[in-house]
Amino acid sequence: MSEIQGASPPERPRTARNRTSSGADSGRQGVALTLTAKDFKSDQEVRWCPGCGDYAILAAVQSFMPELGIPRERIVFVSGIGCSSRFPYYMNTYGLHSIHGRAPAIATGLSVSRPDLQVWVVTGDGDALSIGGNHLIHALRRNVNLKILLFNNRIYGLTKGQYSPTSELGKVTKSTPAGSADSPFNPISLALGAEASFVARTIDSDRKHLQGVLRSAANHQGSAFVEIYQNCNIFNDGAFDLLKEPDTRDAALIRLEHGSPITFGTDGEFCVVHPPGGFGLEVRETASVSPTEIVVHDETVTEPAYAFALSRLPALDLSHTPVGVFRKVSRPSYDALVRTQVQEAAAKVTDPEREFASLLSSGDTWTII
Amino acid sequence: MTKKVQQLDRVVIRFAGDSGDGMQLTGDRFTSETAQLGNDISTLPNFPAEIRAPAGTLPGVSSFQVHFADFDILTPGDAPNVLVAMNPAALKANLADLPGGADIIVNTDEFTKRNLVKVGYDANPLEDGSLDRWVVHPVGLTSMTVGALADHDISKKDAERAKNMFALGLLSWMYSRPYASTITFLERKFAARPELVAANIAAFKAGWNFGETTEDFGVRYEVKPAKMSPGNYRNITGNVALALGLVAAGVRAKLPVFLGAYPITPASDILHELSKHKRFNVTTMQAEDEIAAIGAALGAAYGGALGVTTTSGPGIALKGETISLAIALELPLLIVDVQRAGPSTGMPTKTEQADLNMALFGRHGEAPAAVIAPCSPSDCFYAAIEAARIALTYRTPVLLLSDGYIANGSEPWLLPDVSDLPDLRVEFAATPNGEDGTFLPYLRDPHTLARPWAVPGTPGLEHRIGGLEKADRTGDISYDPANHDFMVRTRAARIEAIEVPDIEVDDPDGAASVLVLGWGSTYGPIGAACRALRQRGLPVAQAHLRHLNPMPKNLESVLKRYGRVVIPEMNLGQLAHVIRGRYLVDAIPYNQVRGLPFTAAELESMLEDVVKNV
Ligand code: SF4
Repeated sequence: MSEIQGASPPERPRTARNRTSSGADSGRQGVALTLTAKDFKSDQEVRWCPGCGDYAILAAVQSFMPELGIPRERIVFVSGIGCSSRFPYYMNTYGLHSIHGRAPAIATGLSVSRPDLQVWVVTGDGDALSIGGNHLIHALRRNVNLKILLFNNRIYGLTKGQYSPTSELGKVTKSTPAGSADSPFNPISLALGAEASFVARTIDSDRKHLQGVLRSAANHQGSAFVEIYQNCNIFNDGAFDLLKEPDTRDAALIRLEHGSPITFGTDGEFCVVHPPGGFGLEVRETASVSPTEIVVHDETVTEPAYAFALSRLPALDLSHTPVGVFRKVSRPSYDALVRTQVQEAAAKVTDPEREFASLLSSGDTWTII
Repeated sequence: MTKKVQQLDRVVIRFAGDSGDGMQLTGDRFTSETAQLGNDISTLPNFPAEIRAPAGTLPGVSSFQVHFADFDILTPGDAPNVLVAMNPAALKANLADLPGGADIIVNTDEFTKRNLVKVGYDANPLEDGSLDRWVVHPVGLTSMTVGALADHDISKKDAERAKNMFALGLLSWMYSRPYASTITFLERKFAARPELVAANIAAFKAGWNFGETTEDFGVRYEVKPAKMSPGNYRNITGNVALALGLVAAGVRAKLPVFLGAYPITPASDILHELSKHKRFNVTTMQAEDEIAAIGAALGAAYGGALGVTTTSGPGIALKGETISLAIALELPLLIVDVQRAGPSTGMPTKTEQADLNMALFGRHGEAPAAVIAPCSPSDCFYAAIEAARIALTYRTPVLLLSDGYIANGSEPWLLPDVSDLPDLRVEFAATPNGEDGTFLPYLRDPHTLARPWAVPGTPGLEHRIGGLEKADRTGDISYDPANHDFMVRTRAARIEAIEVPDIEVDDPDGAASVLVLGWGSTYGPIGAACRALRQRGLPVAQAHLRHLNPMPKNLESVLKRYGRVVIPEMNLGQLAHVIRGRYLVDAIPYNQVRGLPFTAAELESMLEDVVKNV
């Protein structure tokens, strides 16, 4: 067979390039990790539209990464197609920009075969919920060890402004001049329907909250699904203004905190209750209910119906939108189950070639002399 | 009574019955007994797509043909010498394939008015003289089995079910097969239910004894062992051989194997087989769909595993976009297509060389990949290893085109010495390859044109790759016109640069002016036809393509050496089209798409015409 020269030396001089090399040695064995946000910036020029919410998410992720204490070489970002999916190019980690909708499938193969890596999937509403809907739900039900960040801008940006599977019914876009006729997915409800073990929502512009959610997601064993409301200022500007503007956000946004009663408003004047006889949760004025009626948020409830009820609170205009961790429960990851089977079987084999030879000659064989 | 023993050089037996009658198992057992005896063997199962078509109907007929001989044979045989028909449907469905004078063993118990009507017999063919051209042996297989098991403590249904073992016993007696392996098999199969072990063995022996005592079978036959190379043998189907080849590739590459697959006929057995071999660091994932299956395999390959996906034609159509991604990423990946009759769902259990065009051209963009095809069941083992060699050495997806005929067909396989198999070890990139400590993911090896396989986890080699066009060497996103032109040509040159062995020509006395060129599973029937012609003094040359992309360097000169080139294919001329286009050779296509392999006889008569008219 031909010679393999995987790490061949350069055959010709290469032109000088402006590559980031700072921190190239960080994370080597025996060296304490002292990474900074800068270490996670690649040398590629970031090419989203000026003002796009993706910038804020990128900056938040880059400045959060050092906290993980994981060397860069053990972090992989896998994406599909869309504006958000350019994300891996800008992270100075390993990165794979794949094809439309398939990132969860590709990341599954990587994660299952390489438990030493931390695998992040960056996707969008079209990528994850339309063309890739199947892979998303199956990654979640299997509980593959992936951190899935879904940038939801409720529009197709890269293809210049068609409605997406999270666009509101009646959305007028280039492809729906008379208004869209299909109802949107609620990504949190969908993930819970697939019994995802970690489900959270956050917002591009709130770095502190975003990083808090990332922290929780990064620590989770199994699939961590994070929906990030992201403004596309070109094709769907202001989609989340109600949740962002100082004069509206307090009454519109429900910040979930594990172990705390769910109240919101400027002064906690609203709360969430579980009315007797009803199936779900409802918003009330805090003053009108007894404190014991207010639901205390518990992200560890095994039955997904509770988190699902939370996910149904928002009205069409997004008022009463919960953000934070909806659900964080522990169940075995697909990776761990699959690897255990392989490792237990492989542990019994000391010499694979000998074992293979005996496999070949097992069963009905005969000898010709 | 003593029976006459007659020597034969070859026999073709077809076991046919309802899909619930256990004909595949019966055929398998007979094959195994025959293998133990040392005959050369070739088998061909033929089963309905429906798991249980209505009992006793024509669509429900399942059959298994076994050809065995005292010399080396290449096909499961064109026409059976013996048909075992378990019911009227099995008789009717198979009669047309039987030459006059062949033996027919029928289970008379099933020839009831109702069953006859079900398949459109107005009168009982056992009584109306319509079978006079054949030698019919009427046997009450069901009633005799039930009778033989009268004092066994099992249900009537279980007793009736054992009738296939009665038939196997009878045939084993007729052809003097050693049956120890069948006894062991039954003991293992029914280990949890000892009463069934006893009943099935009793049914087998009753069949054997019936042969010995009844006057209807006056002759017993013997087929002497074939002269075969010394060594250890086992009988193997193409799908199992392919799965073992994948395991071997992982073992010899010292890499974990990752199979992503979605169930599809006739490829699922590879998934089943591989999932039994986890101890060789083999991970199998039954994915949510064909796209996820190849996606996961590609993800695993990116992480440094030998990534494999197995499917059939419809699955390849779905995987096309990911194959293109793998071509852009320049990562090793094996894509196994066990071809079946198309288009669309077509005939899932029937064979066809349906997908050569798709393997060569069926992707968006200029997306060349390596393509290879095994030529027999046991060759699937070596083809899998060769596909892995190409993928790992040249960092490219490789499509492997098996088909339903060799996937389910079987033949004896001389077991290889594992240490003689190719060394497939690879080197992952470990250090930056750029001048100033940077890493250039698209800097190529000058010989193989392969880029470094830099797996995540390697410090200092963090890099980003994807489906967008990449700048040469750096792998950065590039829309530069000259760079794209260069990269497209480089991806084509990469495949052309793959070293493949020269094609060999079988032209024993060098006198032939006609060359038969084939690829894939047609090797057996073409070879048998060529042998037959030569025996009749008509010279003909045979060459068979294993590497379909790139093609062997000497192919052009081989083609041009012969006055006539004939290309038989189980499609409408896909290889012929390529050969004509590439080499400007006026090749004669010979095509058939009946869902069945060629018979040697039809190829022989077609080739005879060509040879006599050059
Ligand atoms: S189109 Fe929208 S989502 Fe895409 S980069 Fe521009 S602003 Fe961001």
